[in-house]
Amino acid sequence: MARPRVTIKDHTAEANLFARRTVIAMLAIFMMIAMVLSNLYYLQITRFADYQTRSNDNRIKILPVAPNRGLIYDRNGILLAENRPVFNLEVIPEKVKNLEKTLGLLSILLDIDEDEVTDFYREIKRNRRFKPVSLRKRLTPEEVALFSANQHKFPGVSVEARLTRYYPYGKTLTHVLGYVSKINKKDLQKLSEAGLEANYAATHDIGKLGVEKYHEDILHGQVGYQEVEVNNQGRIIRTLNFNPPVPGQDIVLNIDLKLQQQAQKIMDGDKGTIVMLDSQNGGVLAMYSSPSYDPNLFVHGISSKNYNALLNSKARPLINRATQGQYPPASTVKPHLALVGLEEHVVTPETRIFDNGKYRLKNVEHVWRDWKTWGHGWVDVTSAIEQSCDIYFYDLAYRLGIDKISDHMFEFGFGDYTGIDLHEESDANMPSRGWKRARFNQPWYIGDTIPVGIGQSYWTATPIQLAQSITTLVNHGRRFIPQIIRGRYVGDEIVLDGSKERRPLDVKDIKNWDLVLDAMYGVVNRKNGTARKAFVDTPYVSAGKSGTAQLVAIAQDAKYDADSLAANLRDNAMYVAFAPYEKPEISIAVVLENAGGGSSQAAPIAKQMMDEYFADRDFGPRPDVKEREISKDVAKNAPSHNH
Amino acid sequence: MNMMLRTKLDPNKRSILNRIHCDGPLLLGLLVLMAVGLITIYSAGGQDWQLIDRQLIRLGLALAVMLVVAQIPPLAYQKLSIYLYLLGVAMLVAVIVFGHVGKGAQRWLDLGILRFQPSEIMKLAVPMMVAWYISRFNLPPKLRHILVGFILVGIPTLLIAQQPDLGTSLLIASSGIFALFLAGMSWKFIGAIALSVSVFSPIMWNFLMKDYQKQRVLTFLNPESDPLGSGYHIIQSQIAIGSGGADGKGWLQGTQSQLEFLPERHTDFIFAVFSEEFGFWGVVGLLAIYTFIVIRGMIIANRAQDAFSKILAGSITLTFFVYVFVNMGMVSGILPVVGVPLPLVSYGGTSMVTLLAGFGILMAIATQKRLLSR
Repeated sequence: MARPRVTIKDHTAEANLFARRTVIAMLAIFMMIAMVLSNLYYLQITRFADYQTRSNDNRIKILPVAPNRGLIYDRNGILLAENRPVFNLEVIPEKVKNLEKTLGLLSILLDIDEDEVTDFYREIKRNRRFKPVSLRKRLTPEEVALFSANQHKFPGVSVEARLTRYYPYGKTLTHVLGYVSKINKKDLQKLSEAGLEANYAATHDIGKLGVEKYHEDILHGQVGYQEVEVNNQGRIIRTLNFNPPVPGQDIVLNIDLKLQQQAQKIMDGDKGTIVMLDSQNGGVLAMYSSPSYDPNLFVHGISSKNYNALLNSKARPLINRATQGQYPPASTVKPHLALVGLEEHVVTPETRIFDNGKYRLKNVEHVWRDWKTWGHGWVDVTSAIEQSCDIYFYDLAYRLGIDKISDHMFEFGFGDYTGIDLHEESDANMPSRGWKRARFNQPWYIGDTIPVGIGQSYWTATPIQLAQSITTLVNHGRRFIPQIIRGRYVGDEIVLDGSKERRPLDVKDIKNWDLVLDAMYGVVNRKNGTARKAFVDTPYVSAGKSGTAQLVAIAQDAKYDADSLAANLRDNAMYVAFAPYEKPEISIAVVLENAGGGSSQAAPIAKQMMDEYFADRDFGPRPDVKEREISKDVAKNAPSHNH
Repeated sequence: MNMMLRTKLDPNKRSILNRIHCDGPLLLGLLVLMAVGLITIYSAGGQDWQLIDRQLIRLGLALAVMLVVAQIPPLAYQKLSIYLYLLGVAMLVAVIVFGHVGKGAQRWLDLGILRFQPSEIMKLAVPMMVAWYISRFNLPPKLRHILVGFILVGIPTLLIAQQPDLGTSLLIASSGIFALFLAGMSWKFIGAIALSVSVFSPIMWNFLMKDYQKQRVLTFLNPESDPLGSGYHIIQSQIAIGSGGADGKGWLQGTQSQLEFLPERHTDFIFAVFSEEFGFWGVVGLLAIYTFIVIRGMIIANRAQDAFSKILAGSITLTFFVYVFVNMGMVSGILPVVGVPLPLVSYGGTSMVTLLAGFGILMAIATQKRLLSR
């Protein structure tokens, strides 16, 4: 190995070589710097806008803010549905160091049971990371205080306030107001189909029933947005921008809480319904369906035990009897039928028939009976209504025929939706030839027509249809659509929605209408009127019509015996009415299921409702009973027919 | 040259800096960089004074090491080279045998009191060894000397590569190769190396690279392919840099860093924080400081009196620049992610001490002229 020291080195040559290499190295360095700079120029200058956007996308999150739901008031400004803060105990599992231990301590502190803990763990699995999960809902003020005092021991656990619906009058208004409840998958699907998903981005509850559902669009409001800066963990650092939500509009109902409470009081323990409409515009003043239930149960998610109890109850509290109950209208529709007979000229005000308690058709073996075994004797249209004579209406039905009855009654709203602002409505059934063919594939027999004359056979009606038809009668054919909503608040002012009407009925002779209304006056006020007993001494003058609906066919020669029938097959007591007679303000329909006679059971209920409605009114001394409008008393002329 | 000789000849005119063997311009460049680093760490670390305190201690220690190293005459380094090199290789072997596994790689040697990365020694020992070996012969070196040089470079490179620490091994290899290049390695040979590298790289890919290393390369080629996984660093880093624009978002105003979208903010990816907050013009300024240091380093190398000093000073300087380039390249997405900090700006690391020890050698070479020393 040669010793390097021995070698003679050419220092100048080496220095020059080194200098040349330095220059080359420096050139390479400048090239690399140029590379770095050109890349940075590309990132920071050329694509600046692009990266700025992406940087903002990283840090800025848009959080939807739920609007406050509109409140619901009765016509007198009493709050029927309000928003109350509830306090939930919420846990962000990712922020809790030892979840099991924390839950254990919380369970001791707030007496949380195992079911709640199980639910909590189930919810964690469903939730996204860093989303709070409720451990206990609806903390009491004591629990809030207790937790707040110990909060420092529970990082990642907090009490969160949220507004939820509360119905202070509970079951009194359930079938009217309905309720809100947590938005479920089905609701989400509907919302997305309607393109409303974004508007509900932060909303927790949605109207599921009643006014809450029907007027959801008014009550909900517009979602707001909060622009926040978040860190890489998604934690909100600060709010950059706030676009507040537009709260839902407060609405005012036609409902009068006082009347509603009266209805509830009357019906307590019974099955049935009371509907009271404003005769002048169709506004729903009261609508109570009994039995009812507490809607607040549904707001926070009803337990399956409670729900099954409601669902399986034989009294069927979940249905709204006023709009979904399909009852044979029975004699309550006699005024309507009489009017059609008069307008169609198949009877005149003077037409009289003799009622011996039985009605036969030629070549038909069947005998149709009057509710009064021995009959009413000679009757014309007025006394037939007053005394609720069945034979007269069997004959009237026979003379009219099913087609005319069906067509006219459909115009009165039977067999059709009234258009009330509730989704829970049935159209019931107005039978016709076509209907029978479609339903049973059978022809219409003449024998089918006869019981239609007394509102039986296949005919069913909802109480709201009955109340609407009475309103149509007193308005001489003007047809108001029943409306629960009266108006809405715009600022502090109530803007009325106004009444809604359908095409009015054709009036051939207004005297016919007055005759029928006069007969309903007679029902309540004249000597033989079926409802006279119920309305003795009322300060106001009302008119009405009772009905007793058979739920089972009574065999030809058998007598109806309430005691021998099962309770749920006994007759329904019905009553329709309006008052005051001279200038009607209210139209009423009452159904009391399985209660027996309409005049004895349902009419007093209507009276109690009227008493409440007119409670503050001074009518002065009660006028004398008005004489019949048309001709003289039939009874006096009766003998001439005996010849 | 005359002027320099004059100043050096007159001991009374030597400045304080010269007396403590410091090169003024180089020191100035380094201090400015350190200041930039502290300012950026303050922002990237969420205004944590503790980080600043620790970094100050580290910088002080590193500067002290630099000063100590600067006092030792270059001749001593020349003599020390082979021992340092052998010690380094021995320790690398020891790491394989007794090494401490940290972060999935076996890089540390636990010496009881302190844990130590032998690869840090090699960062200086390899260029020293190559410079020493190659400067024993007439330059340009002959082929066989170059081959021996490559073996000297290759042994520690492979030992470090299998730890595995690909980044460091490549940087150490390049420091040795720079020494050979500056010594005058023939262009034919350079061409031959370039050719063999292109042949060798597929073999390296298939047989030598670990999965995580391959992943880094793949991610580098297309970061958007895995935006939440391994591509996340690069994407967030590019967003930080790009959103800084020409003038930057302002100090402490970088949302990518302040809101912690950027990973490794105060360490390897501090350049992204700097770019976000100070923008393109800030980066131009930073690169100007680095370039100033590199130029100063190459001037010192050219003014050195013997081949060993020239080659060593040049190699240290070029390697320093390679650190800068690799870090900036990886942070801005033109190079794969290898764990290389931005010299003197990134927070922490043993590498700081090694780096300043290297500058200490540069200063020793700059200030201690053998023929002129008494």
